[in-house]
Amino acid sequence: MTEALVKLQNLKKAFDKHTVLNGINLEVAKGEVVVILGPSGCGKSTLLRCINGLEIVQGGNIIFQGKDITSDKKSWQQVRQSIGMVFQSYHLFPHMTVMENILLGPLKVQKRSKAEATADAERLLDRVGLLSKKDAYPRQLSGGQQQRIAIVRALCMYPEVMLFDEVTAALDPEMVKEVLDVMLDLAKQGMTMLIVTHEMNFARAVADRIIFMDQGEIREMASPDEFFTNPQSERAQQFLNQFFEVETGKGRDGK
Amino acid sequence: MQLDTDFMTRHIPDFVHAAGLSLSIGGIAILLSLSVACIYSAILFFQVPILKGFVRAHVEVARNTPLLIQLFFLYYGLPSIGIKLSSMTVVFIAMTFLGGGYFTEVFRSGLDAVTKTQAESGLALGLSRMQLFRYVIMPQAFRISIPALFANFIFLLKETTIVSAVAVPELLYTTTSYISLYYKTYEMLLMMTICYLIIFLPLSFLLSCIERRYQYGTHGH
Repeated sequence: MTEALVKLQNLKKAFDKHTVLNGINLEVAKGEVVVILGPSGCGKSTLLRCINGLEIVQGGNIIFQGKDITSDKKSWQQVRQSIGMVFQSYHLFPHMTVMENILLGPLKVQKRSKAEATADAERLLDRVGLLSKKDAYPRQLSGGQQQRIAIVRALCMYPEVMLFDEVTAALDPEMVKEVLDVMLDLAKQGMTMLIVTHEMNFARAVADRIIFMDQGEIREMASPDEFFTNPQSERAQQFLNQFFEVETGKGRDGK
Repeated sequence: MQLDTDFMTRHIPDFVHAAGLSLSIGGIAILLSLSVACIYSAILFFQVPILKGFVRAHVEVARNTPLLIQLFFLYYGLPSIGIKLSSMTVVFIAMTFLGGGYFTEVFRSGLDAVTKTQAESGLALGLSRMQLFRYVIMPQAFRISIPALFANFIFLLKETTIVSAVAVPELLYTTTSYISLYYKTYEMLLMMTICYLIIFLPLSFLLSCIERRYQYGTHGH
């Protein structure tokens, strides 16, 4: 195995006295797709937010491309350019058009030329089927469209790794697919991805590795097949049963 | 009661002149207050140490003391410690002091209203704090602030009546002078009211038009 792109060593995070991450160790190799599962409040979103410095950790190390970036405030701004993040509620800038949203980073942060960055943005927009919307404002788009734009906005920075924080949780079921398709496509092209999701089938399809978290700790780390067919811990079994009970439930009459 | 319309017509030029003065004092005070408020909000946003304490103190004093007292303090108080300022200078300092404080509060609530997630979204793109403020937070905060800001424009313009207290010949001063000279109380009060309405009605209308335009651009999904 090559040198890990992202390496977390004994990561600890607490909000006041409430421990959210309790000693997380994780290595993500270049090109790997890691899906993080777990019950609400298990710390999976916080873990993602720590990786690009939106949360400050209280202990442990975050190593990105071989460099320890844990407590160096200066380098966070630099590092974030290589770490794309997509949020649950898209967080597009409402006062800017789609194109302005996408170009803000490339032009102002990376100081790329407008012609080159625009060509890039158009190519990416075309890939997610939204080139015709480049002059629209976010409020004129559906949730699924906004989320695809948010993905393009992150991609246009040429990130080394992409973080997805429950990106389909706020979407109508019909729009979930269009977003997941874009992510699957990215995975196929070899993008390194860390994904927090509650879409079990998608997790199984896209992941190289599944991580199951509970109460701020990693309880299981396994291949998707292994995890979904033969979860080791009781908590994971319970967690998976909840999902399959709902999915295969027979409604009010069934038993 | 018989209105002396002749007397009123004869003094129209005086009132036009006084109205012009009222408007210019108000207009300049608004511009100065806006500049102060912009600098102040940036200080509050970036949490600049020491300066932010100064800003908070100014805002509180400006909001919690009457303008008339601020004016008297500058006009009658300062000369006693050897600082003598012209009445116009006093007027601009006092009105900017007041307006700067109020406008800062307006901008501050606008900045607070921009969600934290917008900041995170910008930071995640690698923007610096300065770029975040300039491209993401400020434009949104400004739009949110517009209705309250315009209400404060009108408020500050109306406060110009106070400066009659330091003998600046704006509308109210002109009116009261003529009243005491000729005892034409009703005529002069009527003239003054008409002048204010001519200034404020179209202004209010214009501002609410601008407001609606901006709202159209911000809201709705």
